[in-house]
Amino acid sequence: MLFRPAIIALLLASSANVAMVLGAAPFAINVIRHWDIRSGSERQLKLERRTYLISVLLSLVLATQLLSLLLFVFNADKMAPMFIGAMCAAGVLNVNAYGYPALMAQIAVFFLAAVWLAINHLDTLAPDYPLVRVKYGLLLGMAPALAATCVLEFLYFINLKADVITSCCSRVFAANVKGLTGDLTALPPQPAMYAFYGAMAAAATATTYMARRRRGGYVVAITSLAAFAAAISGILAFLSLYVYEHPNHHCPFCVLKAAYAFRGYWLYIPLFAATACGLSAGAIQLFARTPSLRDAAPRVAGRLAGVAAVGFALFTGVATFLIFHSHLILIAGVTP
Amino acid sequence: MIELSGVRKAFNQGRPNEFWALNGIDLNIAPQQATVFFGPSGSGKTTLLTVVGCLARPTVGRVRLKDRDISGLPERFLTGLRRRTFGFIFQQFNLIRGLSAIENIMLPAYPLGGDWRELKERAEFLLDSLRLSHRRTARVEWLSGGEQQRVAIARALINDPEVLIADEPTANLDTALSMEFLGILETLAGQGRSILLTSHDPLVVESAVVRRVVTLRDGQIVGDR
Amino acid sequence: MRIWIEKQKYLIDFTISSLARRKVKNVGLLCLYTLIVFLLASVMLFTQALRREAAASLAGAPDVIVQRMVAGRHDLIPPDYIGKLGGLRGVRKTEGRLWGYYYDPFLRANYTVMAPPSGGEDGVSTGQVAVGQEVARRIGLTRNAKIALTAYSGETVWFTVAKLLTRESELLTADLVLMSEEDFRSFFGYPAGQYTDIALTVTNPQEVHNLAGKIANRLPDSRVILREEILRTYESIFNWREGVVLMLLSGAVIAFAIFALEKASGLSSDEKREIGILKAIGWETGDVIKMKFWEGCLISLTAFLLGYTAAYLHVFRFAAALFEPVLKGWSTLYPDFELVPTLDGFELATLFFFTVFPYALATIVPIWRAAVTDPDSVMRGSL
Repeated sequence: MLFRPAIIALLLASSANVAMVLGAAPFAINVIRHWDIRSGSERQLKLERRTYLISVLLSLVLATQLLSLLLFVFNADKMAPMFIGAMCAAGVLNVNAYGYPALMAQIAVFFLAAVWLAINHLDTLAPDYPLVRVKYGLLLGMAPALAATCVLEFLYFINLKADVITSCCSRVFAANVKGLTGDLTALPPQPAMYAFYGAMAAAATATTYMARRRRGGYVVAITSLAAFAAAISGILAFLSLYVYEHPNHHCPFCVLKAAYAFRGYWLYIPLFAATACGLSAGAIQLFARTPSLRDAAPRVAGRLAGVAAVGFALFTGVATFLIFHSHLILIAGVTP
Repeated sequence: MIELSGVRKAFNQGRPNEFWALNGIDLNIAPQQATVFFGPSGSGKTTLLTVVGCLARPTVGRVRLKDRDISGLPERFLTGLRRRTFGFIFQQFNLIRGLSAIENIMLPAYPLGGDWRELKERAEFLLDSLRLSHRRTARVEWLSGGEQQRVAIARALINDPEVLIADEPTANLDTALSMEFLGILETLAGQGRSILLTSHDPLVVESAVVRRVVTLRDGQIVGDR
Repeated sequence: MRIWIEKQKYLIDFTISSLARRKVKNVGLLCLYTLIVFLLASVMLFTQALRREAAASLAGAPDVIVQRMVAGRHDLIPPDYIGKLGGLRGVRKTEGRLWGYYYDPFLRANYTVMAPPSGGEDGVSTGQVAVGQEVARRIGLTRNAKIALTAYSGETVWFTVAKLLTRESELLTADLVLMSEEDFRSFFGYPAGQYTDIALTVTNPQEVHNLAGKIANRLPDSRVILREEILRTYESIFNWREGVVLMLLSGAVIAFAIFALEKASGLSSDEKREIGILKAIGWETGDVIKMKFWEGCLISLTAFLLGYTAAYLHVFRFAAALFEPVLKGWSTLYPDFELVPTLDGFELATLFFFTVFPYALATIVPIWRAAVTDPDSVMRGSL
């Protein structure tokens, strides 16, 4: 099982990433302790030179993490035929206890990585590198998350056994399942839709406002996170039903299949991108008061908010399109 | 225009072969003037030039460029300033072999990402004013010494800098070419640019274009006239 | 934004001329890189094509096969079993199958001998056989040729070759010999009414597991084999084989990474000087890194395209001559078949991870080292 190329690739990338981040940790500590931009000493010059390297390395690591998330899910979907009972990624992830935690960890790292990259970019815009300590402190904070993701991935892949019977997504994402997925799946469609569109509207409004007025970063971050949660709940509760035209098929992974024209990608990519940008805009707001970032911070945050606005709008648009083009009638009045 | 106070520069700091090339320089360079840094080798004149020209940061001390303190600026911003303010002509010319004259001239402007047509026009103009148009596509390693120097000058001027910096510009030239070079300098000085040179060539030090001679020894200024 | 695009254009322009100025080194690197991509892509494309071929071939296999077990070993199906299964809901068709193996001592090969259902398109008359392409090739059989098979009783039976099985079906029929039911029973001494196993066609493939349960209840001494299980087994084997070959090739990838590292670190004095000059005339460290990044990109993309195209041709035009033995498995009778060209985004992405990622990793540190050259080093002549 471990010998599938995609798995080898994922594990290699993961381990390399962890190795690089751990390798950068001593440098990060050095920067936090000794950085002094006003000094012209050789130590300072060396630190400055080295930040280039670490910056490039980390950008590579984090960009790889973003791609890994896609590959991880895609691979899980492709492996479905190999497991009894699995019809899509949902079943494959359920083969052992590490599948879903590994996915959650990857998603968390995805967002952390996006925020870090945004802060890194902002830091380079000011002549005095005002966020350098924050940046490397965050990196030290992220290292355990990255390591945990790697470990979970390893455990998941090593414990993949074809002779284990796993559950199909109709068992995992069913209303009678105990736990959060069950609760979300059991949400009645109409209230779920209200919550969904409400959250999307809030996020779209907040992000558009920030894109225009360059203010309100914290609101943007909170609404983005809420929108993400509402979107996932919405997909589980009703959107997937419209896509599959089946009142009981709640799986969030089957939308990624060719059989459904890869519609899942049209939903998930804008959603994830928008949430990442929204969170980053909020993170940047934290540093808007820094003197040397007075101009740059609002500008960058505004741009990120703009991208988030577009992303949320696109996601909502695609979702609405899918609802109205479906032959399923869940709610009277919402017909194709 | 350029102000140095208490500037000291060390190499190999903290190691057994630590060496202080500059030992407390206080200097004020006025605009639109041609200044020569004069002194024996090892006196620190090249190092002084690199600090003045924002090629290097001082270990100790302050550098102000047009009333802005640039001592603490990281490389990114220093380079940005340097690009807009200074043009460099090196002793060895330091042209990139394998590239043509015009390509070499346009290089410093690449990172600025400006319009390509405008850039080309400017390069052609410079080639023309330095009588090199007929050699624009020739590879630089095929050019004569004098031609190479003129390419180097054109390259230094591509971003229209206020200050031209030249390190031992006549060291590899014969008298005729040296005189030609000084003639070009005079034209540039006439355009209102500041010029900073290092040299121990009497031809340069005593030329009409030079207004000020700063003498250095062991990393300190010992004469200024 | 426009300025950024223009800047990248300039950098790419300089990168291309820089690469051209150092042809020998870059061509060497490109060749090796292409080779690595070629090797990995060949393996992946080949296995992927085999997988598809197997899946397509098995699409025609029965949904469920029922075998009878005695003391844990496969035994003959008694006559009443078919009747017992026919009544099951969800079963569209029940068919007793007759098949077995015949060992040819001269070729030292096993043929699969089968009696197709009478009246079907594969049917053969008594005294005649249809043989697979590989059997025909090895023995030198053509239509109307005669072939002698020796039964366990010692008797030699002669058959006439009525036809050769199609090339298109070769993956599954290479070693196949078809004969009539009558011949089969008399040759192998099969009692009347008994079968080797039962093939079932189900109405709803999604219900196949439920059905398997029912069959197991009705016939406790049976073994139920599902087509999807066979597919899964093939999938696992292919994965495993592919993985093994890839792990072996990983040595090559590592060697390549080391090579790339050395090439990037061992900048010639010319290159070092060039970077020093760029720094001195106004390029930042970031600009040099970007330029080197474009260099890596251009080389990677070229190697990837060339390598992948070569692999595609290797696998689909030249039948993967280099890897066949390992990836197909070994047997004396080897099918000769054409693979269907496939292009898969997922495989491309995985290949990318295997090749470009190690290259990028190997070259980052040397690139950075070169890029942080002090701009004043050119002035000081310390280059």
